[in-house]
Amino acid sequence: MLGIPPGIWLTVFFIIPLSLIWLFSFGEKRGLVDIDLTWTMTNYVRAMDPLYLQIFLKSFWFAGITTLVCLLVAFPIAIAITFAPSRIRPILLLLVILPFWTNLLIRTYALIAVLRTKGYVNFGLEYLWDGLHAILLFFGMDPSGLIGERFTPAPLLYNNFAVVFGLVYVHLPFMVLPLYASLDRMDRSYLEASLDLGATQLRTFLSITVPLAMPGIISGVIITFIPALGSFLTPDLLGGTDSQMIANVIERQFKSANDWPFGSALSFILMYITFFVLAARALFSKRGSSMEAG
Amino acid sequence: MRGLSGNRTSVGPLDYIHQGWMKLTLGLSFVFLYSPLLILVIFSFNDSRRNIVWRGFTTKYYEKAWNNDGLIEAFANSLTIAFFCTIISTILGAMVALLLWRFRFPLKGGYEGAMTLPIVIPEICMGVAMMAFFSRVGWSSGLVWPFNLSAITIAHISFCFPFVAVIVRARLANFNLELEEAAKDLGASEWQFFRDIMIPFMKPGLIAGALLAFTLSLDDFVITFFTSGPDTVTLPVKIYSMVRFSVTPEINAASTVLIVITLLLTTIALWLQSRAGQKLGH
Repeated sequence: MLGIPPGIWLTVFFIIPLSLIWLFSFGEKRGLVDIDLTWTMTNYVRAMDPLYLQIFLKSFWFAGITTLVCLLVAFPIAIAITFAPSRIRPILLLLVILPFWTNLLIRTYALIAVLRTKGYVNFGLEYLWDGLHAILLFFGMDPSGLIGERFTPAPLLYNNFAVVFGLVYVHLPFMVLPLYASLDRMDRSYLEASLDLGATQLRTFLSITVPLAMPGIISGVIITFIPALGSFLTPDLLGGTDSQMIANVIERQFKSANDWPFGSALSFILMYITFFVLAARALFSKRGSSMEAG
Repeated sequence: MRGLSGNRTSVGPLDYIHQGWMKLTLGLSFVFLYSPLLILVIFSFNDSRRNIVWRGFTTKYYEKAWNNDGLIEAFANSLTIAFFCTIISTILGAMVALLLWRFRFPLKGGYEGAMTLPIVIPEICMGVAMMAFFSRVGWSSGLVWPFNLSAITIAHISFCFPFVAVIVRARLANFNLELEEAAKDLGASEWQFFRDIMIPFMKPGLIAGALLAFTLSLDDFVITFFTSGPDTVTLPVKIYSMVRFSVTPEINAASTVLIVITLLLTTIALWLQSRAGQKLGH
């Protein structure tokens, strides 16, 4: 009885809409709004076109770099929180989570003001440039040969760098939390033993901390990679014409290009990739736990 | 396990937090996470359109945002959608949580898996599916307010209630089953037990779940972007179209209002949850 209303809701307002675009992905466009279900594979074949394949590869590349940078930045943060006095630990955790609760659009918009040509980073760089210019003049050197006639703002917005920067900014908390969760469970006597037996901090980190934190690393990588791969807003607002990701192509098919069957096929390819990553993770963690038990 | 190494008073090689580079990393990370948002909030009070150099304190952009009818209408729409979404999501989510916690039934794994789908699938896929669904069904968008917001509200409920279910279920996992035996021994009916024991016990989870649903709905952009029409604009969609047009301090002011609301609600939710956790500990 209890399960019926939510079940009906999920079926009508979630499963049916998804099934609809699943059907569309095997259809052909007829006229402005009509779609004939012909069970054609052309939409999927078209997605393998080098043009779209390149966008898929680019999305993987962006999501991959984002995940890697997040992992490298999040690890020291997670270690610092784990070993912080228990009094301030919840505060540090809250500080990591809070930005995550702020609207994604607003966080992305905030980055525009930081990165644009007349933004704060360039403002700071110009300040440094002016200082350097004055110092060089003071020492009687000709600044134009060394740092140029005039300050040229660094192109930080509307390019691939801005997209990856934005993705890291948005997804960092996703990586810190699972890393922290697994580091917090870690038995510290292993670290003490390792250090006592003469291993260096680095050796201890690589041979003890990293293997023990592996479940957290895997969770973090997955929950960072999946949303990063399907990002729409970050490349839309921060990216240039050549930094579009797969979600931007899907949006265009459903809005301006009005090619729903092709957009549906792309959506389902993205979903299959997501499920594949999740399934691989489930398999991996099952094997890991059975090894632990053995 | 932790008791073995719980001695944190001595400064040893494991005291990473007290090492300079660790503090530096932590400090820089928080600067990275917070400075863009702080700058956004500070410059919503800046008396300059160019928005880069501080020219004095003003609240004129808040006044301007307040007098911007489109913005206020979008805000009213957002609050209305979030209100209805919260009520229905909380009820549906609580039902799922109770069902999965209490009963065993065939295909339970499948039911549970289906309920996590809206959490895991990419937002863009859900957005376009909702857009296709409402246009094919011929869902009327020409209804009077607030019924014209029904499509967006329905889409929001579909992704909010599974989150509520997760939160309420986490709360239920701590339920002491002896309470049920005691109640039934003392002659409580199933309904009395539910009303007098279960609902009060679930309450912190229900409130936290409801606040989460409200924030998720208020904040959502991608799914709303695909289900909104020209007459049904929400605050994030409105801010998006303003950002595409140009970057102005007025957007900073509207964003600041949204940030404050979200942070306030989140803090209340976290506080309620930690209080409930503490009560359990005693």
